[in-house]
Formats: sequence, C-alpha cells, structure tokens
Amino acid sequence: MEAFLSNIDKVVDGFSWTVRLTLFSALFSFILGIVLTAMRVSPIPLLRALSTGYVEGIRNTPLTLVLLFCGLGLNSALGLSLADSVAWDVFWWAVIGLSAYTACFVSESLRAGINTIPLGQVEAARSLGLTFTQNLSLIVIPQALRTVVGPLGSVLIALIKNTTVASVAGLGVQEASRQMKLMFDQGIAPVLPTFVGFAIGFLILTLPTGYFFGWLSKRVAVVR
Amino acid sequence: MTTTPLVVLENVNKHFGDLHVLRDIDLSVTAGEVVVVIGPSGSGKSTLCRTINRLETIDTGRILLDGQPLPAEGRGLAKLRSDVGMVFQSFNLFAHKTVLQNVTLGPMKVLGQPKAKATERGMELLDRVRIGNQAHKYPAQLSGGQQQRVAIARALAMNPKVLLFDEPTSALDPEMVQEVLDVMTDLAKEGMTMVVVTHEMGFARRAANRVVFMADGQIVEENTPDEFFTKPQSERARDFLSKILTH
Ligand SMILES: Nc1ncnc2c1ncn2[C@@H]1O[C@H](COP(=O)(O)OP(=O)(O)OP(=O)(O)O)[C@@H](O)[C@H]1O
Ligand SMILES: [Mg+2]
Repeated sequence: MEAFLSNIDKVVDGFSWTVRLTLFSALFSFILGIVLTAMRVSPIPLLRALSTGYVEGIRNTPLTLVLLFCGLGLNSALGLSLADSVAWDVFWWAVIGLSAYTACFVSESLRAGINTIPLGQVEAARSLGLTFTQNLSLIVIPQALRTVVGPLGSVLIALIKNTTVASVAGLGVQEASRQMKLMFDQGIAPVLPTFVGFAIGFLILTLPTGYFFGWLSKRVAVVR
Repeated sequence: MTTTPLVVLENVNKHFGDLHVLRDIDLSVTAGEVVVVIGPSGSGKSTLCRTINRLETIDTGRILLDGQPLPAEGRGLAKLRSDVGMVFQSFNLFAHKTVLQNVTLGPMKVLGQPKAKATERGMELLDRVRIGNQAHKYPAQLSGGQQQRVAIARALAMNPKVLLFDEPTSALDPEMVQEVLDVMTDLAKEGMTMVVVTHEMGFARRAANRVVFMADGQIVEENTPDEFFTKPQSERARDFLSKILTH
C-alpha cells in the first residue's frame, strides 16, 4: 500500500483526466442528446429518420469501435488534429467519441421521459399559441428531464466507467485505468493494492454521483 | 350585442378512419354569444370544439374566425390559437410551473409582453377567479376546482376573442362544480364569446343564448335554452334529456 501511496501523484493525475473526460463528454452528450431527441419528435420526417438512424446505429456499436474510429480513423489515418499537444489532441478525440456514444443513451432516456408526459400538456401549450419549438423547450423537455433525472444519473455513471475505454482504444489519454496499467507495467507498485486503490478511486466518483442524482430526482420530480 | 359572426363553421366534415364524427356541420357564433353544446357521449362535441382551434384538422368544409379561414400551420396557426382560448376537462395546467407562471407563460412567450406587465395582469386575473392567494403554488397542490379556475385565467390572459370549454366541470368533485360555473357565468355576463360543451343545465339556462344539440356527428337541434329544455323538437333530444334528467 505504501508503494501505491508514494505514487499518489500519478493516481491523482490519472483521475484528473478521468474527471475531465467525464465532464466534457457529459456536457456535449447532454446537448447532443437533447438535439437528437428534439429531432426524433419533430414533425419533419427527414429529421426523425436521421435521429433514429444515428441513435440506433451508434448505440448498438461497441464503444471500443466508436473510439477506435475517432482515434485510428479520424485522428491517425486522416490526420485530423484538434490540439497542438498530443495529450490534448487524443483527449478531445476521446471526448468526441464518448459524447457521440453517450448522447444516444441520453436521447433514449429523454424520449422515455417525453412518453410519460400527458398529451394534454402539449395541447394546452398549443392552444395558447406556442410554436412547436417553444412547446418543446418550455413544456416538454423541462418536464421530461425532471422525470428522467434518475436514468440520466445512470448514464453518467456508465460514462465515468466508459472513460477507461479511451486509453485501450488507441487514444492514449492518461486517464486512471491507463495510469494503473502503466504502474503495473513499470512494476512500481504491487498489483493488488494498486487495483484496490484505483477501484476505490472510481467508487469515490460513482457512488456520490448515484446518491446525488437520486436526491435530485426526488427534489425536482413533477407532481401531477 | 352586435351580429358579426365571430366563429363560422361551414359544411364541416371530419372522419377518424372510417368513423364519420362530424357530418355537414354548420354553426355560426356571434360576438358576445354563449353557445352550449350538448349531446350523448361520442356524438362529436369535443371534436367540434377542438376543430375551432385546429387541435383537430377537418376533411372538408371551412372554419372562419373573424371572417378569416383558419391557417393550416406555422405562425399563422399559432396566432389563431392565441386568439382562441381553450379550457379542458382535465385542466392541463403545466405541472412544472407555478399557478402564476401558468398564467404568464402565454402572454410572455406568445404575445411578447414584458414580465412585469404579464405578472400584473396575471395577478389581476387570478384575483378575478378568486385564487390570487395561491399564485405561487404548483397545480398539484390545488383542488380540481381551483385548478380549473386557474386554467380559465390562463386562457383569459391571452385576451382571446372566443373561449372554448370542453366539459370543464366533468372531472370535478360535485362540491367544486359551482365555483367553476360561477366564474363562467360571470364571463358570460361580461360579454365573452363562449362555446361550452357541458351537461350542466343550470348553467345553460342561466348563461347560454343558445343550445346546440348534437347526435351522431350532426347538429340535430338548435334553440334557446328555455325552448330546448322545455320543448325539445326532436325525438333524439327528448330521449337524451329524459336520460340526463333521471340522473
Ligand atoms: N383521436 C381519435 N381517434 C379516433 N377516434 C376518435 C378520436 N377522438 C375521438 N374519436 C371518436 O370520435 C367520436 C366522437 O368523439 P368526441 O370525443 O368528439 O365525442 P364527445 O361528444 O365529446 O363524447 P364525450 O361526451 O364522451 O366526451 C367518438 O366515437 C370517439 O370514439
Ligand atoms: Mg368529449
């Protein structure tokens, strides 16, 4: 355990990348998820088809493939670069892959939430003269979001854990699990305590997230 | 009372699949007039009401508001809907907004009123439906009768040309029916143009200028409330009235 603790700076650095991956991917996947959902319920058939195709396609592809496509395909093979330093370049590609993937789950949760909203809410908004976009942004999505806070918490927890895929899938982001593997490879710390240490690190991120979202979902619940 | 027709339905037909729910409907509502629509379940009363603000589309015929045909979609349709207030059986207050926010949303987002003005007018309307002291509660914290009065205030906040009511008291506990009918009666006295689907005969006698009796998607009979309830002309109306009177 001491050997592990004496390398605590590496551990902290690893988790700092994990947290950054999570925060940016959560933000972008949330926004993209809302856009996909809005397209999915829009009256325009083309937008609905695009959204459905995207969600069904990406959601059913392994995350490893999505990230490999970003890392090996777009970044390495096509040479598209998003930042000057390698560390940040691979970081942003990982964020794009994780966001593209997670957005599908955000969208599916949100759509389930929309389905719980009584039609009368939409009709009341329509009869006041709200446009489709206003109806969606002022009535439907705010209510849907409140009903799916719990499921969105689960999506976020999955995202935290999924950040570990970013280093195996050709994107060498120095996130926690990669730091752990490096520590094994270099033999600088005994395996078992290191495992336990990193596992605890992830629990420190995921458990409070779960409790927080549980609390929040009660707090903002719409009473009918 | 003027005689300008505010709402006109001409030869309106509507199907739900094979079901012919509105058959050659001709109806004209004058400004300031209160029309009560009555009839057996499934006769098309709600559908009729909902076509007037295009919550339901029609197959053939024309509907005019203030002489203009209803726009099919887009901004024009939204504008039309803001001119036609609707009060639903199940209230349909926005569950995530307070009572006051329910009333100010339309004026702010559709009419572009500044918040202060919308709030001032909103409070005025809530006071008028006697619910001003509950302005900051959420709909679920109110009784059905209170919620329906808020829904009326919400519709009034848009300064509509006509108000549509689809069985506004049917979902209420009996002791709350009167408070809602009282508000509606006041509106009628103030000259609001109203189309009201209801079986509340007391309200019809007190507030309506005309009763329209529907059956099987058709307007079977139209008359003043007194004439209609005391001397119904058609067999169907007599039959229907005998059923609701024995309740
Ligand atoms: N969205 C719909 N799809 C298919 N059929 C419908 C739909 N809405 C109504 N109907 C049918 O159309 C007919 C007329 O319905 P409507 O709701 O207008 O009747 P109503 O007179 O309001 O009846 P009630 O007194 O029960 O409210 C009914 O047979 C009903 O089942
Ligand atoms: Mg009905």
